[in-house]
Amino acid sequence: MAALKQEISQLATLGRLNLTDEEEKKFAGDLQEILEFAEKINEVDTENIQPTYHALPLENVFRDDVCQPGPPIETVLKQAPASIDGYFSVPRVIDRE
Amino acid sequence: MNNQLSQLSLLELSQLLEAQEITAVELMETTVERYRQLDSDIKSFLYFDLDESLETAKKQDSLERKSALHGIPLAIKDNISRLGKPLTCSSKILAGHRPPYSATVVEKLEQAGGIFVGNTNMDEFAMGSSTETSAYQTTRNPWDLERVPGGSSGGSAAAVAAGIVPAALGSDTGGSIRQPAAFCGVVGFKPTYGRVSRYGLFPFASSLDQIGPIARTVSDVAFLTELLAGSDSRDSTSLDSPVPRYLEQLQPRAEGLTFGIPEEYFGEGVDSDVRQIIQQTIETLKQQGAEIKTVNLPHTKYAISTYYILATAEASSNLARYDGVQYGYRADEPDDLIDMYSRTRAEGFGPEVKRRIMLGTFVLSSGYYEAYYGKAQKLRTLIKQDFDRVYEECDLLLTPTTPSTAFKLGEKIDDPVQMYLSDILTASTNLAGLPAISIPVGQDSKQLPVGAQLIGPALSEQTVLNAAFMLEKQSQWDAKIAPVQA
Repeated sequence: MAALKQEISQLATLGRLNLTDEEEKKFAGDLQEILEFAEKINEVDTENIQPTYHALPLENVFRDDVCQPGPPIETVLKQAPASIDGYFSVPRVIDRE
Repeated sequence: MNNQLSQLSLLELSQLLEAQEITAVELMETTVERYRQLDSDIKSFLYFDLDESLETAKKQDSLERKSALHGIPLAIKDNISRLGKPLTCSSKILAGHRPPYSATVVEKLEQAGGIFVGNTNMDEFAMGSSTETSAYQTTRNPWDLERVPGGSSGGSAAAVAAGIVPAALGSDTGGSIRQPAAFCGVVGFKPTYGRVSRYGLFPFASSLDQIGPIARTVSDVAFLTELLAGSDSRDSTSLDSPVPRYLEQLQPRAEGLTFGIPEEYFGEGVDSDVRQIIQQTIETLKQQGAEIKTVNLPHTKYAISTYYILATAEASSNLARYDGVQYGYRADEPDDLIDMYSRTRAEGFGPEVKRRIMLGTFVLSSGYYEAYYGKAQKLRTLIKQDFDRVYEECDLLLTPTTPSTAFKLGEKIDDPVQMYLSDILTASTNLAGLPAISIPVGQDSKQLPVGAQLIGPALSEQTVLNAAFMLEKQSQWDAKIAPVQA
């Protein structure tokens, strides 16, 4: 678990969270404490136990692929921080060389 | 008249409307007045549609009654979509958002004539047990304004307890309906996973989340559950099983039933006052002809660890959608796409949400996945098997809903592990997908409400409601309103 401190900034990168140094320090401590508590589950032998992804049996639900009206594009785009010509707009992803 | 109306249950109000002794407008005026009197102290609502609620009430008065819900004011947790109405999940990252569609539960209750008056405060993205992680305001417990209402559906529970509305919707991922219901002295019901469609519920942990009603009587909760339940083509995890007439079939019944009392739910963390009142509840069950059996759910002590590993893993994935592209907040002048994502999320999320994204990212990261996430999924199997085993010998389980009554504001907010332990008696049922209700059965020495929890096997809603109905009649609690005054 000592490795956790170094991993915090990597986790923040994976989670796309810009953390301040102060936050990184705080979360390193918090996660350490929470994980120490959570590690209690290691007492249990789960060698031959199947994992549960879902509490109740799930079956695939099929339906015909039929076009149905959705919310109007303008209504949806009005919720976006930025849009151009009927599309979501984001900062440039590929540099123009 | 006004204060009398706020004392009445949903079905009592419905009878007055049906008999034309009151109009929907009169009822709404009372609701608005009570909101104005009380909510500056309690702060249960994030916003309240004053004008539109009165308009809608006027319209409902002019229409033929659609159901017993016709003209009834309702509150809704701030994570359930209503077309065009502000929704934030109590987070800055959704400030200004107005969903372009309504949740299935909203469509159902509105079609039945219910009027949603506004959205209630919650823990940010339902992550918390006190409603203190809200980015906007601190909701207070109507029984003691220095205490938390519980969480994460704290605003809904407080609004119902204060008599502002007769009922509200909440969501429950690890206890978020039942724990605030217990803290606020109201009835809160989490149906079987999939019984109610989640379409339009902003997800926290999709394999655990369930929408349910909060009200002041078991009858009201039975009535609302019947309206809410049913399969939905827009939620492939909703159950395709017929919906019983819960209200029509509601009868106070414990006779002939065997109630399991799980020893693990009465451990050292449970306050003596709470224990004593639940003990009295057990005596009541005996007097009513129920058989009582001590049972064991041996993996209960691992439930909180299992729950927080699985819930944060699912949350870190679900919350990836808040990236500043399609809706919600975007950081100013980003350098590039990654900078936009990372600063949008850093500026938009509060500390508890960040903590859980970090934890969820950790337990899913390569090298740790098997040790944490994989292991917790196996524990989930064992926890579920514990329940399967006890339901071979009993019909329902009776436990306290919470280890203590409402704690003080600020008491646990800086100690994540202590806060997480608030869910110790409720989280297992989400892991197993079971229906569970919290009903008020007494008050502790500080006059704070104590909740009893009944947990049943999957799809045993009627049995759970019937036993709760019996306890409600016997406890002489009688749908008390919290003693708040303007």
